[in-house]
Amino acid sequence: MHAFEYSAPHSLSDAVSLLSQANGNAKLLAGGTDLIDQMRTGRFRPALVIDVKKLAELNLLEFDSDGLHVGAAVTCYRIYDEPDIANDYTALADACHIIGGVQIQSRASMGGNLCNSGPAADSTPAMIALGGHCVIVGPGETRQVPVEDFCTAPGKNVLERGELLAEILFPPRPANSGSHYRRLIPRNEMDIAVVGVGASVELDEDKQTIKSARVALGAVAPTPLFAKDVSESLAGKSATDETFAAAGEAARQIVSPIDDMRGTADYRKHITGVLVKRVLAAATARARGETINYKAGRD
Amino acid sequence: MSDKQVISFELNGECVEFLCEPRQTLLEVLRDTLHLTGSKEGCSNGNCGACTVLLDGRPVVSCLVLAVECEDARVRTIESVACDGALDEVQSAFLEGAALQCGICTPGFIVQAEALLDANPNPSEDDIRFYLAGNLCRCTGYDKIVRAVQSAAEKRREATAAG
Ligand SMILES: Cc1cc2nc3c(=O)[nH]c(=O)nc-3n(C[C@H](O)[C@H](O)[C@H](O)COP(=O)(O)OP(=O)(O)OC[C@H]3O[C@@H](n4cnc5c(N)ncnc54)[C@H](O)[C@@H]3O)c2cc1C
Ligand code: FES
Ligand code: FES
Repeated sequence: MHAFEYSAPHSLSDAVSLLSQANGNAKLLAGGTDLIDQMRTGRFRPALVIDVKKLAELNLLEFDSDGLHVGAAVTCYRIYDEPDIANDYTALADACHIIGGVQIQSRASMGGNLCNSGPAADSTPAMIALGGHCVIVGPGETRQVPVEDFCTAPGKNVLERGELLAEILFPPRPANSGSHYRRLIPRNEMDIAVVGVGASVELDEDKQTIKSARVALGAVAPTPLFAKDVSESLAGKSATDETFAAAGEAARQIVSPIDDMRGTADYRKHITGVLVKRVLAAATARARGETINYKAGRD
Repeated sequence: MSDKQVISFELNGECVEFLCEPRQTLLEVLRDTLHLTGSKEGCSNGNCGACTVLLDGRPVVSCLVLAVECEDARVRTIESVACDGALDEVQSAFLEGAALQCGICTPGFIVQAEALLDANPNPSEDDIRFYLAGNLCRCTGYDKIVRAVQSAAEKRREATAAG
């Protein structure tokens, strides 16, 4: 690995000034599960590495009247070990269970997954489905950006020079709601999604009609996608297999996948339809309080 | 070249202090500076698990941790598993069950199995396969490894029950 300076500030303002003064020649380090390999292979050669793990704000994991605050440095295992997240923000826990193996989950952070901005990042569609907002801190005003608008191209995002992701804020979960994230990979574990789908469903009191839904797609476009029209068209529909299949069909029309060793573009389109249908059915079952036949990372 | 820094952490129960550059991984420092060569380098990109150690009690791949990140941390390596030269249940089960051939993956599997049994003393086969999914083995075909972990878990439960 190339030589670099390392700094682990304890305050957010110190981190922002270090980042701003580095003139684009610094990289933030959270769990390092993307960055350390990217430095080892020479893809990035920052002069300064700023460790964000000692910043209290970035380790926050707490509920208040605004909803759920997930600090950017919070690791996968902290997410799925928290019963209230596993119950109410289930799609996020589903995603955290399948990011790498257990060793990776000890280190990999939510902010790192999002800021690495890969098209197949597993937690991103889950965050979009759950209506997450990125809280961005920098030399200027703190700003919020919906997770679906954060990534701009593979490896690129809206962060300006000197800015960092402080937390992802999720609104409180409505009554009668459920969510799910699932991906298709060629192996059982430890692979990159061919397609990943996250969905959240809110049902009316009768639990038969969809009040609102959010569907997000990963690995089928240059950035994770919020399927806005598909999501909006679900409102008011009855929560049946026909509705879910129609949503799957509609989702196939908006994706622009690539051919690679994990699958052809046609295959990815097909799988998008299948997964959207299944994930909506699972999120709906959870919204009804039913347990679904799914063990995260085991099918 | 950036300057070397003095780092200290608790390694296998003892405080150690060493000099390292920020670019050195924990795995490099363990093997090359501290001469603990039990942790293996299989891939150096986080995929094989041969370099697994416990960092503040959690299993991590030490090839994706910088040594400077470990200031004041608690690190446990494969070298701390045997007690006064006596193999523990997991190590004995690997030996008795022929759960290794070339052995490169074995330290990582054993450390990961220790972490599993600490968290879940009675894992199902499915739990074991899931927890060990970040450890790769080119030789055994995994079945013997899974059996060894099951047998170690059973022995440890018996020992605990016997007090
Ligand atoms: C073996 C292995 C398996 C993997 N499997 C998966 C998988 O199944 N699914 C998946 O989605 N990913 C997977 N990954 C990728 C990786 O683990 C995840 O993307 C992880 O969430 C990255 O988090 P991190 O904390 O390690 O990020 P780091 O490597 O520390 O950082 C990643 C990037 O984000 C930037 N960054 C970090 N924090 C911030 C912040 N607060 N503000 C701004 N920028 C920031 C860094 O500068 C860097 O560019 C895998 C990686 C490995 C090595
Ligand atoms: S050497 Fe660290 S995971 Fe392979
Ligand atoms: S025994 Fe050779 S790699 Fe596992």
